[in-house]
Amino acid sequence: MRALTRKLSREILRTRGQGIAIAALVACAVATFVGAVTTWRALQRTRDVLYETHRFPHVFAELVRAPEALASRLAALPGVAAVETRVMTEALVDIPGLPDPASALLRSVPDEGEPRLDRLHLREGRSVSPGAADEVVMSEGFAKANRIRPGDRISAVIDGRWKVLRVVGVGGSPEHVFTVRPGGILNDDLHYGVLWMSRRALAAALDLTGAFNAVGVRLAPGAREEPVIAGIDRMLAPWGGRGAYGRDLQTSHRLVTDEIGQMKVMATTIPVVILGVAAFLLALVLSRLVATQRMQVGTLKALGYGDGAVGGHYAAMALVLVAAGTAVGVAGGYWLGSSLSGMYARYYRFPAILYEAEPAVGLAAAILAAAVALVAVAGAVRRAVRLAPAEAMRPEAPPTFHPSWLERAGLGRLLSPAGRMVLRDLGRRPTRAALSALGIGAAVACTMVAAFTRDASSTLVDHEFGRVAREDLAVHFTQALHAGAARELRSLPGVWDVEPFRAIPASVESGHRRHRIAVLGLDPGGRLHRVVDARRGGVEIPPAGVVVSRRLAGKLQVGPGDPIRLVFQDGARRSAEVPVVALVDDLVGLQVVMDREALNRIAGDGSLVSGAYLAIEPGASGDVGKLLRRMPRVGGVALADATRSSVERMMEDSLLWFTGILTLFAVLISVGVVYNGARMALAERERELATLRVIGFTVGESWRIAVGELAVQVVAGLPVGWLAGWGFVELTVWATSSDLMRLPAVVTLANAGRATAVVVVAAVVVALWSRRWLSRLDLVSVLKAKE
Amino acid sequence: MPATSPAFEAVGITKVYRMGEVEVHALRGVSLRIWDGEFVVILGPSGSGKSTLLNVLGGLDAPSAGVVRYRDHDLARADDRALTAYRREHVGFVFQFYNLVPSLTARENVALAAEIATDPLPAEEALGRVGLSERLDHFPSQLSGGEQQRVAIARAIAKRPDVLLCDEPTGALDAATGRSVLEVLDRVNRELGTTVAVITHNASIGGMADRVVRMADGRIAAEIRNERRVSAGEISW
Repeated sequence: MRALTRKLSREILRTRGQGIAIAALVACAVATFVGAVTTWRALQRTRDVLYETHRFPHVFAELVRAPEALASRLAALPGVAAVETRVMTEALVDIPGLPDPASALLRSVPDEGEPRLDRLHLREGRSVSPGAADEVVMSEGFAKANRIRPGDRISAVIDGRWKVLRVVGVGGSPEHVFTVRPGGILNDDLHYGVLWMSRRALAAALDLTGAFNAVGVRLAPGAREEPVIAGIDRMLAPWGGRGAYGRDLQTSHRLVTDEIGQMKVMATTIPVVILGVAAFLLALVLSRLVATQRMQVGTLKALGYGDGAVGGHYAAMALVLVAAGTAVGVAGGYWLGSSLSGMYARYYRFPAILYEAEPAVGLAAAILAAAVALVAVAGAVRRAVRLAPAEAMRPEAPPTFHPSWLERAGLGRLLSPAGRMVLRDLGRRPTRAALSALGIGAAVACTMVAAFTRDASSTLVDHEFGRVAREDLAVHFTQALHAGAARELRSLPGVWDVEPFRAIPASVESGHRRHRIAVLGLDPGGRLHRVVDARRGGVEIPPAGVVVSRRLAGKLQVGPGDPIRLVFQDGARRSAEVPVVALVDDLVGLQVVMDREALNRIAGDGSLVSGAYLAIEPGASGDVGKLLRRMPRVGGVALADATRSSVERMMEDSLLWFTGILTLFAVLISVGVVYNGARMALAERERELATLRVIGFTVGESWRIAVGELAVQVVAGLPVGWLAGWGFVELTVWATSSDLMRLPAVVTLANAGRATAVVVVAAVVVALWSRRWLSRLDLVSVLKAKE
Repeated sequence: MPATSPAFEAVGITKVYRMGEVEVHALRGVSLRIWDGEFVVILGPSGSGKSTLLNVLGGLDAPSAGVVRYRDHDLARADDRALTAYRREHVGFVFQFYNLVPSLTARENVALAAEIATDPLPAEEALGRVGLSERLDHFPSQLSGGEQQRVAIARAIAKRPDVLLCDEPTGALDAATGRSVLEVLDRVNRELGTTVAVITHNASIGGMADRVVRMADGRIAAEIRNERRVSAGEISW
């Protein structure tokens, strides 16, 4: 081993505490980067492969009923590559062992050959036999939640008729990677799923033989979506078309794509913050090393080592630490990525998540970390290189100090000499002090974001289920019924209260901007299901005009008082212009809400209801469910409590590791910053501290002076952290906001308090630990050494 | 000698260091008494054990064996807390390399020591006694070596210590500056009655002392009492 290499290895060993702190931070940054990048790439790859191999459509449309012959005309539309018609319906299902009512989307599988579009992938069992009226394939989440295996029997109410069905397979398809009720976005695998059935059999049951009520379309390569959608709408309008839409409005696709987007945000933001702190510590340690090794640098140069060898020697030290951190980080990142993928596999029903520990991602992380490290230590290395041998062998000029600004302002007399030492040291190296404070701030901010995610998620769930959807059950009819249907629900035993609603699919338009959504009509003064603004509380349903989600209003560029056009795509298919009365800051989905009677008036098809929100006697959901199954026009039932617990379980699952990891990072950052700060303070002030001890200062008194500077940095870092944390929270809210869900920017005092406590406790523990170093200081040898 | 019982009493002290795998016998049975108000110069070549002896007397180091007392303080058996209190109340140190706190001015360096003493000299007075009344608000980087050493002495005497222990106080200074520092030590001894022990390898400094202790190879080789103390100005370098 060359002598210089040996020197390097011994120095790394000697400063191992600081080295480990730096390497640990690099490892965290690299692990987050590698984990997040490989996960989003895995999700994207899995999604894209599934969409291609299983032919996910580009455009979707639902309608009342059209003859099958229309399919070939649809296929002839310019830009259309493939068309597949389907029949589907919502139905109540009875699952053995499940007391509550469940519902499912029943959809057809072609009897001849494989589906052209949205092909099934089977996890277990087989596909349905052509024409078999009693066979279904069940979606994986639904089957798993209810422990249903091929061979088990369930029953369903199809078009008012009770039918026993045999599950022959368990699987999924690209349209149902994430299974949610139509119009909903929160899933409940226990009570809702998809059942695939023979086209012939299902069509016969629904009286749709030779006809279809839904269609999927794949575009030719390079074809534009809008003209195809317009063409389909034109063609389906006479057949009760409800408006075609692209993948951007397909809920499962949206949820998967949003998740990939969030993973991308995480892949970039968190590693940058942590790597920044690691770079600062690296710069600090190396500057200090070069300063203490002036003489050695001079000697090496006097011996004939060139600038390159000397510079390389110090740069190598940084690279060794970063390489160690990167190695651990890359391995940890691959592990993190595969566990994240495993977690996603529990909610996103892909055939398999195609996770790959991609070497290129690890390599990119390594190059990135090395580059950041080199930039960080460039200053220190340059100083070593520029040092002239003769100058290097003379001791460095004593540091120059000045009275601090506090003293110049005349407040000096308030300070003890120890206080002045702290202040003047801070004043001599303001950049270092500021960066230390920033590091502490980063730790506080990390913890705040972690706590925020948890707080915001529970606020969102409380808002949605405690303030907006307070019903026990939401009942959907298979078609709009006369208002009397709601009164019939009221008469069921166990039902306490009923609030009917009307929902009509419509295109909401303002100028050339449009959005496809179901306009919801509610009765004013409702107590079960309300429109609630996250900040201002309940919003009154106006007698005329609509209440619109602020996010949707932004897309349509309308505000209160502006008119919008509602083009209904169901019933009498009228259109009407209505004023926007109020905007609402809601958290889940987008909504356009108006008075039910007013909606019925402008829709022009009488006083109808699409379903109702029910309050029922506690524990009566099973009995009510049995009664509902006897009502032929009830298509779906959603249980608020079950959905809530399903959503909470999913959030708990995904947030547990996220908040855990962020808190761990925060602790590591604060420990790293304070540990290095304490090491540095002790190394630089060894002589002063030994002098104090000799004069008669106790270990505690001199320790307080040594950590005083750190304490100031930590205290200064806290408000920086609160501000940065608040900024990160706003950034997270902005980056994760989608049409489906918007986290509320909740930053509570408790959150900031917890974050502060985590960081301060970590800092105090390290500072107390550093007291040991001081008590072990060899006073005599320090003081007798020449400076 | 003025007092009947000595301020310091060391009996048969030895000190063995472990330097890696080698044992170094720094003191090999040293017995010494120092009386209140005495000016003692300890002479000897490098490695003779004089610094070790001074450190043991100052409570910076404990002997491996033997007895060391300062009045009623048993320095050989005291723990770190007791030694800290002993240094705080009774001892002033002056080192070859001054060891001033660079971020504090001359006045503040002295105040640093004064603030932990029970009956200190005001910083200004201590600095006045070493002739630095004009340089109170200068930082160490703005002072010459001699001035820095005088600040160190002022810092040591500000606590009104009973003993002033000086380890090569003129080692880093030229002759003229060295003499001015020695003059200050002489004045402290005469005017404040502080016991002063100076270790040096400059034999001519011995002339200033009441008594000269010569050390060699960890033992006291000779003790010489001076009939007359010469002034610092008379010392040849």
